[in-house]
Amino acid sequence: MSPAMLGLLLDAFLETLLMVAVSSTLAALVGVPLGVVLVATSPGHIREHPLLNRVLGAVVNAGRSTPFIILLVAIIPFTRLLVGTSIGTAAAIVPLTIAAIPFVARLAEAALREVDPGLIEAAQAMGASPMQIVTKVLVPEALPGLVAALTITVVNLISYSAMAGAVGGGGLGDLGIRYGYQRFLPEVMLAVVVVLIVLVQGVQSVGDRVAQRLNKRLVRSRPNA
Amino acid sequence: MIELRDLTKTFHAEGGPVHVLKGVSLAIPRGEVFGVIGRSGAGKSTLVRCINLLERPTSGRVVVEGREITALRGRALREARHAIGMIFQHFNLLSSRTALDNVALPLELAGRSRADARAAAAPLLELVGLAGKHGRYPAELSGGEKQRVGIARALASEPSVLLCDEATSALDPETTQAILTLLRDINRKLGLTIVLITHEMPVIKEICDRVAVLEHGEIVELGPVFDVFTSPTAEVTRRFVRDLVDRALPANLVARLAAPPEAGGNPVLRIVFRGPSANTPVMAEVVRRFGILLNILQAQVDYIQGEPYGNIIVEAIGRAEDVAASLEFIRSKDLKVEVLGHVAGDARAVA
Repeated sequence: MSPAMLGLLLDAFLETLLMVAVSSTLAALVGVPLGVVLVATSPGHIREHPLLNRVLGAVVNAGRSTPFIILLVAIIPFTRLLVGTSIGTAAAIVPLTIAAIPFVARLAEAALREVDPGLIEAAQAMGASPMQIVTKVLVPEALPGLVAALTITVVNLISYSAMAGAVGGGGLGDLGIRYGYQRFLPEVMLAVVVVLIVLVQGVQSVGDRVAQRLNKRLVRSRPNA
Repeated sequence: MIELRDLTKTFHAEGGPVHVLKGVSLAIPRGEVFGVIGRSGAGKSTLVRCINLLERPTSGRVVVEGREITALRGRALREARHAIGMIFQHFNLLSSRTALDNVALPLELAGRSRADARAAAAPLLELVGLAGKHGRYPAELSGGEKQRVGIARALASEPSVLLCDEATSALDPETTQAILTLLRDINRKLGLTIVLITHEMPVIKEICDRVAVLEHGEIVELGPVFDVFTSPTAEVTRRFVRDLVDRALPANLVARLAAPPEAGGNPVLRIVFRGPSANTPVMAEVVRRFGILLNILQAQVDYIQGEPYGNIIVEAIGRAEDVAASLEFIRSKDLKVEVLGHVAGDARAVA
């Protein structure tokens, strides 16, 4: 591969990193609280609210059932409103974030639901407010699950970001399509795929390790035990 | 002082309303260890949850230390809960927090900084005998140790009441004993009122001052543990007590027991000792004084709250007038004695 091609590959790699990093951070910031609300407002939970729960659930489901490629073009006016353009890496971050939010919300909801109801009851018996139950019990106890959920989200976003080429978003997927496929340069295609595999592998193993480190439910042998 | 006035709780299930509590009234004086026993489904768990309003009763009032808990909501209720500690069957410790941080949690919830809460939590872990285990996570502790952390956590906000929801039901007998001893110590040291619910008679026998027997959402028996245990009136109490103090007669004896005295038959007596009378050698005295023989068929001595309680079934062999005089003598010693029936003298050879 020529040095010019390597330069393109590096640029594409950085674009992918940027898109994924920004969109997963934003998606986590909105999606996790949304997951908390979905759990807390569910029947029998700390802030039961059937109507809000049903409406939010429907919105989240709608978001999740829209194919990403359709979402990408459907929200172009919104993207333009937000970042001033519908083309480029910054523009790709908007649909990526919006697609990831409901995904994170559902995964966070599942992780938070795993928290033993007995712990919530114990916290209530201690006089905890609903907000304190969220910050002191639900989130800390679900943290390993939340980290696992975010890992899955990042991996998914890496794969979604490949489609961002459709709006000129750049990134590895875009490079693979334009050079590897359209210009028939199989070595570029191969390089793109290898980089993606390494990236996903890396994200997954870091995520797994962090989740495991946070999980205190399993007895680990410790040197001074 | 805890007062429950006419508590009812009705759950609305698919098959119609379920009346879990049907008008329970209780007064538990300060510093008492009060037990509630009942079979599963009797409503005891709901009852104890009504005291700190984890379950809001359908009607009735809960008054703790003069404050009507049932009148409180929101912030005021949460404040009131600081004065009511609770421990659970499955401990309910946060797996993400160390033993020390679990104990610190209620203090953090009350608005103290983490460092401050930790400093206050340390002596509590020592109080429950876990001085060296501050940094352990619940997964690294045994069941008994977890419950000790639970107790320390419940004591952190300096409550005047401790609610125990089947606190020893997940523990082995030896650990149960240790936890009950700890609860007794805490009750004496801190003057804490303890309300304990259980389905295990030995737990009640071990540490409770008074006991209420709950059946189908109603209190069917209430009184000092010794009285309830030694003279149960309700059927459910009798069943609870049977294994402990009122063991059933052996089947082969029941088969041979005949109600009417028959010629040559010997009376079978049940003699119940309680309190100080259990420490005097009445049986030996009867044998010596009246010249009858006592053949022991079953005997048992138990200690309830440290007071001995004995239950002996004997066949009295001797002349009828000597046996009658013996009965008179035993009764004069404040022992309970009843004639269960008679067995034919020759039937003994068969048995």
